[in-house]
Order: sequence, then structure tokens, then C-alpha cells
Amino acid sequence: MAEFEPKITAFVCTWCTYAGADLTGTSRIKYASNVRVLRVPCTGRIDFMYILQAFAQGADGVIVSGCHPADCHYTSGNLHARRRWVVLRRLLDFVGVDTRRIHFAWVSAAEGAKWADLVNSVVSTVRELGPYDEYRQAIPAHLIPGGTAA
Amino acid sequence: MSALHDTARQLLESGTAAVVIGYGEGTAGSARPLFVRDAARAGELVFDERCVHNLSVYLLKPEVKALGKAAIVGQPATLRSILQLASEQQVKEGDVIVLLPETEGGVRQIGSFAEIEEAVSEADAQLSPEEKACLDEIAALPRVDRWRFWQQEFTRCLKCYACRAACPLCYCAQCIVEVNQPQWIPVPPHPLGNMDWHLVRAMHLAGRCIGCGECARACPVDIPLNLLNQVIEEEISGQFGAHAGLSASASYALSTFTTGDKDTFIR
Repeated sequence: MAEFEPKITAFVCTWCTYAGADLTGTSRIKYASNVRVLRVPCTGRIDFMYILQAFAQGADGVIVSGCHPADCHYTSGNLHARRRWVVLRRLLDFVGVDTRRIHFAWVSAAEGAKWADLVNSVVSTVRELGPYDEYRQAIPAHLIPGGTAA
Repeated sequence: MSALHDTARQLLESGTAAVVIGYGEGTAGSARPLFVRDAARAGELVFDERCVHNLSVYLLKPEVKALGKAAIVGQPATLRSILQLASEQQVKEGDVIVLLPETEGGVRQIGSFAEIEEAVSEADAQLSPEEKACLDEIAALPRVDRWRFWQQEFTRCLKCYACRAACPLCYCAQCIVEVNQPQWIPVPPHPLGNMDWHLVRAMHLAGRCIGCGECARACPVDIPLNLLNQVIEEEISGQFGAHAGLSASASYALSTFTTGDKDTFIR
């Protein structure tokens, strides 16, 4: 059987991390191709439901990344988001969601190498954890839209 | 009891209040909400250990607002709900009179937010030792067991939304669960969708929940929903030093920030 390839969903802000990931590419830095990048205006735009939906629809890990504190294009979107993450992490941990699969980071537009390192390390962590079937098994097979789980 | 009847009668006779929201005799020995609009019926009000429900949920209902100024029979949770609603601009100064039955048999009448703020204390906002012990017990379980525990709880959820209906702070005209473009909360009744619903509710009440426990009390299948709110309350008070429902002018813990907020989990 082929080695398990984790699917990682990354929610990144357009101003810093998306540009940083772009820099990774233009710098010809190779990194794991397991990540699907979803661009949002700001980390403050990330509803926590995005993370739950990602897991429900087949992600084995999630990365949330944006501008460093004080670098936010909208001044404080990332700082508001940080407060929500503190609360969210505690709540998800309390209900038994595997928080080792949710990774938060600040990656600026100049940190192409940091983005590559981040993705590589998340991919290797999640690869060790295996597929997040436990989460998706909470949906009975006949109720999964479009057939079987991804 | 007679002090409560007299006060209610006076308020209604003088026209100071158009309706007294209190407790009356229900069926099978229970207490139920009672809306007294006629002074002659003030004697139907009861107040005893059965009267635990947080009646402030009715203050925002259009049909109750339409009756005019309300007096509400309350307890500490009612006071804190009103302060939280006031801080969210849902209740105006002078909209409501609170009648606090006292243990000696008297009734304390509170009309202004300043008086309500005086009547509540930070001690009311703390988790009780029993609540704290319950949280710690669940938190001490291995992660997989916590997951199984909550999945078993959520499996029973009927999505009746009694938790939402009973909550004084769940007043959105359109709730996210009724939004279907996109469909945030899955319609089919499975544990994951049920969990989505309860997590959404907990997150939307984060920093706002005053911990009256009405959601768990209203739940027909006895899911301990208040624990989800309590764990958030513990985190918010521990990390940000904020408590809901202690002030009519406080800002909401998650709509503000400090540069020193916890960030050890962020790379």
C-alpha cells in the first residue's frame, strides 16, 4: 500500500502568507505538495467553521497563517483572530478534536523559507498521526454528500 | 410571597409596569413562566426553589416588548443577563424593572443599570467548585475518550434548538443554523453536524455567556451544553481577565485584544 499522503488545507491571508508562499515558489524552494492554499483577505476573516468544514470534507490537517502582529494590513485583524484562536483551541481540545492537526503561524511576505519549513513540518506531523478518519466517521456513510468520504 | 404579590400589584396598578414576568404554578408540581398584566392576578405569582429559570430571555421577544415596560422576577443570573444585553445595546436604561425576592421575604426593586451593577459581583461570574470539578474531570480524560464522550452526547441531539430558544443571549434575528447559502450546519442528524451546531453556539456565545445554564436545563435529551460555555468562560477569564454580564458598558472580550495576548501556540 502506498504511503499515506496527508491532505493539508491552509487558510492564509492575502497580504503576508499568500505573498510569502509565492516567494517560496519564486525562490525555487521545494516543499511538500500536500498543501491546498486558500486565500482570504485577512486572518480576521477566518471563521472557525472553515477549520471544521475542512476536516469534514477530507483535510487531515489545517494550517492557519497570516501577518505577524503589528504587520496586519488592516491594523488589528490578526490580533482579533488570535484571541478567537485561543478560545477555539481550548474548546476543540475539550470536545476531543485532535488539536495536533491544527497549526497556527505568522508568515510574512518575506518569509518564503519559513513557509516551506512550516508546510514540511506540518505534513510530517500529520503523516505520523495518519488520516483523520475519526472525525469523518462521525458522519454515517449514507449521509455523506456525494458518496464516500474523501 | 405576599411582598412579591404586593409589589407586582402596585407596579401594575400605578402603570409603572405593563407586565410582570414571573413564575406561576405549572403542571405536575413544576413552576412555569407567568406574564401578569392584570393587577388582580398578581396573587398567582410564586417564588420558591423550583423557580430557577432565567426569564430574561423573554425581554427581547417582540410580543413581550409590545406589551410595554416589563418588571421581571429575577435572581443573580437574570441581573447578569440584563447587564450583558445592555452592553450589547439590546436593553435600554429604564426598559425593565427587576424584582429580586429576598430570603427574608421582602422584594428588592431595581430599576437602573447602575443599581444592577452594584447588585452583581465578580463572585457570581466565577465557576462554582462543582462546575470546575466537572470540567477538570472531562479535561483529564485522554483525548480519544473526550471525543467519544462528546460524540455520544451529541448523537442524542434532536436539533430542537431548545438551547437556543432558552438562551437570553441567543437573539439573532437570523441564526447561522438557518443559513443555507452556504449551509454551515449540516441538515442531516448526525453527530458531526450536531457537534457543529453546539460548537457554533458556544463560539458565538464566547465571552457573552453569563453561565445561567438554561441551555442544559432546556435540553430534552440532557446534553450538558453548559460545559461547552463554561470551558470558554474559564479560558476567557483566565487569559483575558474578562467576565460577561458584570457591566452594562463593558466591551465584548473577543472584539478587543491586547498585544500581549497568549501566542505560545503560534509559530
